[in-house]
Amino acid sequence: MSPLAGPVERLINEFSRLPGIGPKTASRLTFHLLRQPKEQAQALAEALQGLQKVVHCQRCFNIAESSPCAICSDAERDRSIICVVEEPLDVLAIERTREYRGLYHVLHGAISPVEGIGPDDLKIAELLKRLQEEPVEEVLLATNPNLEGEATAMYIARLLSPLSVRVTRLARGLPVGGDLEYADSVTLARALEGRSEI
Amino acid sequence: MITFVADQCVFGKTVQLLRSEGHTVVTLKELEKQGATDDEVQCVNGHRERLYRTEAIVLKRRDQGEADRVLTVFTPGVGKQQLLAKGVRKVTSRKAGHVELFTHSQFLVAKGSTWDIVTQAETIHAFRPLREDLQRISYGYYVAELVDRFTQEGDENRSLFDLLLATLGWLSKAQDLPLLARFFELRLLALVGYRPQFFQCAHCRADIEPVNNFWSPAAGGVLCPRCGEGLIERPGNDRPSAEPLSLNALKVLRFLQTHDWKTCSRLRLTPALHAEVEGVLQRYILYQLERSLKSVGFLRTVRRLLASSGQ
Repeated sequence: MSPLAGPVERLINEFSRLPGIGPKTASRLTFHLLRQPKEQAQALAEALQGLQKVVHCQRCFNIAESSPCAICSDAERDRSIICVVEEPLDVLAIERTREYRGLYHVLHGAISPVEGIGPDDLKIAELLKRLQEEPVEEVLLATNPNLEGEATAMYIARLLSPLSVRVTRLARGLPVGGDLEYADSVTLARALEGRSEI
Repeated sequence: MITFVADQCVFGKTVQLLRSEGHTVVTLKELEKQGATDDEVQCVNGHRERLYRTEAIVLKRRDQGEADRVLTVFTPGVGKQQLLAKGVRKVTSRKAGHVELFTHSQFLVAKGSTWDIVTQAETIHAFRPLREDLQRISYGYYVAELVDRFTQEGDENRSLFDLLLATLGWLSKAQDLPLLARFFELRLLALVGYRPQFFQCAHCRADIEPVNNFWSPAAGGVLCPRCGEGLIERPGNDRPSAEPLSLNALKVLRFLQTHDWKTCSRLRLTPALHAEVEGVLQRYILYQLERSLKSVGFLRTVRRLLASSGQ
């Protein structure tokens, strides 16, 4: 017989399934919630309930409340350009810049032969289908600037080469707040190639 | 007696207590390193003898925690090794570009408990042409996976390091990448102790004659017609352990096994002959590893894509 009340133990168990949370942290979180006003626990419970309504947008495969998602159904957005990203979090990062007004396509991963993830495991076929159905003029490949991301971008670029669509890649170079001295030669060489007038 | 490095989070009382027990305690304040990152604290910890310098080639990596990666590297000194590279998924990481896949870098490593920790990294060879061409990338993955699968952590193999380093260089330049892959396979097999026998019958030890012979992955080499004939697939033998091997394929295999890459790179094989050589080696590797290689699927996908778009 556990010394803890059933619901408390259950919550501790559920918390400790989360990444980076062990049994101690899980107990601390649970007892913190017990001490808080009831409304706070209620709000958390409702937020968790809300997750069940989340779906994948059937056009861009972003996480959304409905399909098509808010971005895909926004009439204000530029429909001639699709930005291809690896993860839904990347959409968030690009949206935060407020510089991009086009649509998105989420691949849900990158090609990684070591882990056995090939092009067929990503939403690449779905992207091709969109290009046939939608009036797209430019595909912006915004996969991560690491080898997996580059391989994915090159693969898609090659796949799209027979189509009459402009394929672009996010510029690569030095990060803001970075240090020239510590830059690796590949990054620095690309920054030199992509230099611009000021 | 134990030597401790205490960061800002350690109470003064704790430091006093440890000192009164006869341990050596150095605080970050005394070292004038307040606000040092964990990596720097690791460096201080254990004063130098816990730090070592090594060359390494990154074979694979996986994400760990918030912004870290666990690298599987191959080093000249201790062979395959796992290292923790902290913070390398952040955009402003100083190390990120130097710990990319297939880079040859100079590492400064601090001994850690689970993994040793990369504290500094500086690229020696970036192999840029290799990472900017889809086909070269796919072969890079294949070569790295072969090294990873055929080695155990901590087994020193200096010659294999040299072979891997040279192969990454050739992969950046070579015209005939499939041929280079076959050359690499044969060299790798020899260096890890699975050198296939192409000159004597693997069964009766008789010298192999210049005729059509047989190939047996299980025997680890070529079989003469007398030994091989009964082992091939035919009605009544549903567990074949040998396959026919043409004289030309045997000649190519022998040539690749005994000449350097500069000489081998001049070979021109017909697609059919290359396919036979590739099949022989692939089935042998599969037999030795008892598992198929994951990167082969990607190799095929890329090959198909390039063929369909006319390159």
